[in-house]
Amino acid sequence: MATYNLTAPLTKEDTKKLKAGDVVYLSGVLYTARDAAHKRLVELLEKGEELPFPIEGSVIYFVGPTPPKPGDPIGSAGPTTSYRMDSYSPTMLKHGSLGMIGKGKRNQAVKDACVKYGGIYFGATGGAGALLGKKIKEAEVIAYPELGPEAVRRIVVEDFPVTVINDTYGNDLYEMGREQFEVKE
Amino acid sequence: MREVEYNDIVNAVKNMIKVTATNLPEDTLKALEEALETEKSEVAKEVIKQLLENAKIARDEERPLCQDTGLAVFFVKLGADVRIKGGLLKDALNQATKEAYEEAYLRPSTCEPFSRANLKDTLGYNLPAIIHLDIVEGDKIDIEYAAKGGGSENVSRAKVLPPAAGKEGVIEFVKEVISDAGGNPCPPITVGVGIGGTFEKAAISSKHALFRDVGTKNPDPEMDELEQIILEEVNKLGIGAMGMGGTKTALAVHIESNPCHIASLPVSVNVQCHSSRHAHITI
Repeated sequence: MATYNLTAPLTKEDTKKLKAGDVVYLSGVLYTARDAAHKRLVELLEKGEELPFPIEGSVIYFVGPTPPKPGDPIGSAGPTTSYRMDSYSPTMLKHGSLGMIGKGKRNQAVKDACVKYGGIYFGATGGAGALLGKKIKEAEVIAYPELGPEAVRRIVVEDFPVTVINDTYGNDLYEMGREQFEVKE
Repeated sequence: MREVEYNDIVNAVKNMIKVTATNLPEDTLKALEEALETEKSEVAKEVIKQLLENAKIARDEERPLCQDTGLAVFFVKLGADVRIKGGLLKDALNQATKEAYEEAYLRPSTCEPFSRANLKDTLGYNLPAIIHLDIVEGDKIDIEYAAKGGGSENVSRAKVLPPAAGKEGVIEFVKEVISDAGGNPCPPITVGVGIGGTFEKAAISSKHALFRDVGTKNPDPEMDELEQIILEEVNKLGIGAMGMGGTKTALAVHIESNPCHIASLPVSVNVQCHSSRHAHITI
C-alpha cells in the first residue's frame, strides 16, 4: 500500500495509479454534495445542462457540515454514508467526475462505473469531523443554499487524508479487509 | 414536594448538550485507547489514531466531534415529589435542545420525512427532541442524554422471533444486523440489544442500553455472559474500524432484557457509532 499526495481536480493518470488500500493526501478544490443536491445535479446532466461547477476531473465530497463558528470557513465536516448516492454516482462519473469521498460500501453499479470511467471512491474517517474540518481552508456555497447543510459548496483542502476503497481495477478495500480478518468456523 | 425552576432545567440541559458535542465521554475514550492496543490491522489502527486525535482537537478547540451532531434523545426519570415551576418538563427539554444546538453551532438535523424540508425555521432548530419519560419515587429529576447520529441508526433493526429461537436466535440476529451493516455505522460500534417486552419495548430497551457506560458490567449474570458471547461473535466478523478490516468491530454489547408474552421473543438491535456522545445529570 502506497501513500500519495494529489491535487484535485484529478486526471485519469492520477486515478490509474491508485490501488485499494492506498492512502492519499488530497489538496486543491473539492465540491460537496449529499443526496438532495445529487438529485438536482443528475437532473441537470440528464437534460444536457451545465452543472454549477466544472465536472471534468472533479472530486465530490459527501458531507453536510455543521455551521461555521465566526471566523472559520466551515464547521465540523466528516463524510456521510455513501450508499445514498449510489443511484446518482455512475451518472456523475460518466460525465467526467473522477472521485468521490464518503464512508461505507457502494453498490456494484458504482464499482463498475469506477472501472469504466476511471473513477475512484475514497473513504474518509467517519466521525472525525473536527479533524477533517480543519483541513478545509476555504468554503463557499455555490448552489442550492436553501438545502442548508446539504447545499453544494466549493471547498479548498490541504492534505485531506483519505483511503482508496474502490479503484479503477474493480478492487474493494472493504471486501479485502474483511476477508483478511474474518474468523471463519 | 420539591420545587424546581423551569429555567434551571433548561440551563442544566443546555450545558450538558454543548459539552457532549465536543467532549467524547471518558468511557468511550478509554475503550478506543484499549482498542488501539489490541487491534491487529494496521489500517484500522490508523483509523483509531485519527479518532483519538479528533477527540483531542474537538475538546481543545470546542469543535463538534462529528458533523452529525445527532437528534437529541432523552431518558428522564421524574421524581413523583417534584413540581416544576414555570413550565412543562417536555418544553424545557425542547427549549434546551433548540438553544444549545443553535448557540453552539451544532447541525440542525431534523426534517420532514418526505419533502425533506429542514425544520429549523418552522418547528425549531433541531426540534423535536426524542423524549422517554418515566415517573419514579423521590424528589429528583434524573436526565440521561445522547446525541444520536443517523448513520448508525440507519442500520438498526427489530424483529419478533418465535420463542423456540432462544438465545441462539438472538445471537444470530445480532450477527446478521452487524454483518449487513459493515462499515456504514462507523465502527468500532457499541451494540444495544433489547430483548423481550413487546415490539416497541424491545426497541426502546435497545436504545437505552446504549446509554450505559462502556466497560460497566451487566448486573444480570445471565445477560452479562450473553453480552460477552455476542461481542466475541461480532468481533469475528472482521469488519474493523470504518469497515476497512480488523479485529475490533464492536467495543461492547449492552443488553436490556424484559419479561415478554408467552407467544413472542422480541429482539431489537440499536447501533451506536464510535462517537458515543452521552451524558447524565441529576437535578
